[in-house]
Amino acid sequence: MNRMRRRSSLLTLLAIAFVVTAIWVNTTSFAEGSWQAQWLPLFFGVSALNFMLRAAVPLILGALCGILCERSGIVNIGIEGMMLTGAFAGFVAKVATNHWPLYASLSVSVVAAMAAGGLMGLLHALFSIRFRMDQIISGTVLIILAMGLTAYLYDRDAVAQGKFTAVAIPFLSDIPVIGEVLFTNPPITYIALILVAVVHVALFHTRWGLRTRAVGEHPGAADTMGVNVNAYRYMNTIIGGMLAGLAGGFLVLEAVGQFQEGMTAGRGFISLAAVIFGNWTPFGAMTASMLFGYTQALQNELLLAGVAGIPRQFVSMIPYVVTIIAVAGLVGRVRPPAASGKVYNKDGQQ
Amino acid sequence: MPESIKRIARAVSSALLVPIMALIVAFALGAVVMTLFGDDPVAAYQGLYDGAFGSAKAWARTLLKTTPLILTGLAVAVAFKAGLFNIGAAGQFIIGTVCSVAVGIHFEGTPLLIHLPAALLAGIAGGMIWGAIPGLLKVYTGAHEVITTIMMNYIASLFAGWTVYAGGRQGQSPGPLWDPTARAISETPDVLTSAQLPLMGNPRLDLHLGIIIAPLAALLIWWLIYRTTFGFEVRTVGRNADAARYAGMYPRRTTVMAMALAGGLAGLAGAIETLGLNHKFAPEFGGSVGFEGITVALLAQTHPLGVVFAAFLLGSLEAGASRMQFESGVSADIIDVIQALVLIFVAAPLIIRSLWPGKRSSLAAGTKTQ
Repeated sequence: MNRMRRRSSLLTLLAIAFVVTAIWVNTTSFAEGSWQAQWLPLFFGVSALNFMLRAAVPLILGALCGILCERSGIVNIGIEGMMLTGAFAGFVAKVATNHWPLYASLSVSVVAAMAAGGLMGLLHALFSIRFRMDQIISGTVLIILAMGLTAYLYDRDAVAQGKFTAVAIPFLSDIPVIGEVLFTNPPITYIALILVAVVHVALFHTRWGLRTRAVGEHPGAADTMGVNVNAYRYMNTIIGGMLAGLAGGFLVLEAVGQFQEGMTAGRGFISLAAVIFGNWTPFGAMTASMLFGYTQALQNELLLAGVAGIPRQFVSMIPYVVTIIAVAGLVGRVRPPAASGKVYNKDGQQ
Repeated sequence: MPESIKRIARAVSSALLVPIMALIVAFALGAVVMTLFGDDPVAAYQGLYDGAFGSAKAWARTLLKTTPLILTGLAVAVAFKAGLFNIGAAGQFIIGTVCSVAVGIHFEGTPLLIHLPAALLAGIAGGMIWGAIPGLLKVYTGAHEVITTIMMNYIASLFAGWTVYAGGRQGQSPGPLWDPTARAISETPDVLTSAQLPLMGNPRLDLHLGIIIAPLAALLIWWLIYRTTFGFEVRTVGRNADAARYAGMYPRRTTVMAMALAGGLAGLAGAIETLGLNHKFAPEFGGSVGFEGITVALLAQTHPLGVVFAAFLLGSLEAGASRMQFESGVSADIIDVIQALVLIFVAAPLIIRSLWPGKRSSLAAGTKTQ
């Protein structure tokens, strides 16, 4: 416990140092040709920070999905499949409503993405609770099913018209650097950041959250206290699925504007890494998502700048190597919710 | 009939009942999906059958698709036995490919009896190292193998991409295995004939020695897991690492060795695919065999011999898919849907049993990954 606290205060310090450096770099003008002018913007420039946030949003939403499921005792390695289904449903809805006013059409599509993700969550819950399927298998099934169905149903001629654009928040967006990065974003980005706080409060400061955590740690005890274990697991997995669906919606309706086969490209898995890295807490997972997003931004900036001498494939490895180092060096042994992955039935049979 | 034979017959029929029912229900549901979206399931399944079993060429294609799936399936299954989820078979496969190519394109004039085993061993060794790293990280730092193996997959494909990179842009130098005669194309030269797996039978069918090596590997792994001390340790650690430690075993060593073994199997898959079929490496040869290894292992309920049958099932689906698309116009992606459905019904026999009226006696839980 002590070690955990030390680690999180270290991370907070690092995060503050990062923000301060970023503000300093973006508000100072460096001499033309100096090493500062060449290197610092690559690492701390507004474009790198924007890229970081864009890359982090789907990871944050996916990680929140993972947290909700695992906190209630359902292991979910199928986040990738839920995201992909959400992306596809959002795309189909957008194409079907292309002739509507842009924001009405986009809103309906977001709802469709979340509903599809929620359905996948329901499926995962049915498999693992009702039919007692191994949850790792169920998650794998979701991924294969999503990849197969979306590819089979995808009509390559369909085109979605328009996507969410940045909405500047009055006053806040005028703050130098921070306003540019945090308060000039498209809607789903704001929603994702707000959801982090919402899930945190819900999990740790409400009766619902206490019960969810009890169900994930010690379902027998929760049951004795009159908590309906499986109802909580269904609820959490479905809500989690909706959040993963929203992550897919973000990709189609805010980031890319179109659907591509397999467009989630491993983000569900990296979300899973963020869940573990963040020690099953929303803010921890957000920090981890930002870190992963930052390494992707860094990779992007370094590739654009064309760092001489280093093959670009090695530059592209940065996010993955950093993830391994982070998980191995910073996280160490973590403890998932105790009952995560275990079927619960009243008579005590496993 | 003697009692023992009856008992065996009963055991076999109950072991086969669920998979066979699962197949039937999955194909029926696949047909429903196709009908719903305006495709003709009869034509599709006819094409699928023709493509997988319709001719000698089709059979050969099925066997060739099955071979790497057996090995990547074993790579996932062995790790499961040790309580580890190896999502990294894809990366271990790619590294195995690259290492075997590196040996296979060099050392001209070496006799086949030395060159071919050396190239195969290089692939195995590369895969073992790639698999052992997540094992070591898990043991010494507690890093979860699900995350590290996924990251190792990305690193592996980037690394492999670099080895065959044609160079060019921004004055970057080409990769060490790149074939200069391929000009702008990123690929390696062909593996020397002394490192290629010999063909068997009609050379037009491309049936190489690998299709025998893979089932033999499954047999070897079955023996290793169920008939040796090492296998006993692997299974004990997989069930309960603390109990294994109290029993005087070394769970850390077993974990690393199991991951290395898993990686070696996936690496062998890559080596066989290269030395037997492709004869060179290009980034697009990475494929999805690694990920499909997970499906194979789960379908087989992690049993090494079951892996052979599960790989054959998936291999035949994949062998028939392109023929199906060509003959009936049904997108080959429906194969993935059918695979997922088969997996669902094998892993959750309760679903199938609940379709069976009256027979509620054996509500056994579904497949376990360990």
